[in-house]
Amino acid sequence: MTVLFIALGAAVGAPARYLTDRWIQRLHGGRFPFGTLTVNVLGSLILGLAAGGTATTTGVYALVGTGFCGALTTYSTFGYETVRLLESRAPRRALANAAVSIAAGLGAAFAGVAIGTAVWH
Amino acid sequence: MRFTRPTPGLPTDSDIDLAVPRQRAEPQWPVLAVISVGGIGGALARYGIGHAWPTPPGDFPWATFVVNVTGCLLIGALMVLVTDLFPHRRLLRPFLGVGVLGGYTTFSTYAVEIRNLIAAGAPATAAAYLLGTVAAACLAVFVGMTAARFVTWLVTA
Repeated sequence: MTVLFIALGAAVGAPARYLTDRWIQRLHGGRFPFGTLTVNVLGSLILGLAAGGTATTTGVYALVGTGFCGALTTYSTFGYETVRLLESRAPRRALANAAVSIAAGLGAAFAGVAIGTAVWH
Repeated sequence: MRFTRPTPGLPTDSDIDLAVPRQRAEPQWPVLAVISVGGIGGALARYGIGHAWPTPPGDFPWATFVVNVTGCLLIGALMVLVTDLFPHRRLLRPFLGVGVLGGYTTFSTYAVEIRNLIAAGAPATAAAYLLGTVAAACLAVFVGMTAARFVTWLVTA
């Protein structure tokens, strides 16, 4: 059952990342990867909520956490963009992308776990 | 050497880059379908590795570290290859890059694991994991890109 829940979550999470990134680029269109930043921070918040609200062995966690949040967020795109910014001689944007993504993602994870624990326990 | 230079036309965002004209006009439904299928494959591979290699609370999360760094190595190579060698395979980047590698790697687990390490009273491990992953990931992207550029250079020379 766990595998089925993960597959279901990932089937929605991966295209949701693509569509969100596309939508944010249409709004912004700048040279800073706001789209990936958005999905990574949002996914960290939702995974935090799931981790705070339920045990990692439940079906809800497999569906929402491992499946959906795991596929919604991405380290490969984040790493690739950071290197591409470095390579394109935009070291400040590369550093800002890494620092802001990690700081905001970590903040979202802390907030998510705190809210999840408070609401469901 | 030529292969160490940035590839012209390489997008900045591997998921979707609207600065690349072809990606603006990407056929939506087939693209979304292959992303979805790829995402399932990537997520299950990540789950399998994490399941086989569980991290005790307070320990360095090696499974996620290895997943994220290997995913970065592969995206670096993939993006150069789809841009230089296979520009007409329109579903290759959506399937392997956005789907498989995007579903395989995870930022949310990384963030929550750092949070858990801090909460478990292991701030040094948290800091090592935070900085170690981002450094190894960027190095891996660079190595993947350079290797793929070398292959492209060999093939097209």
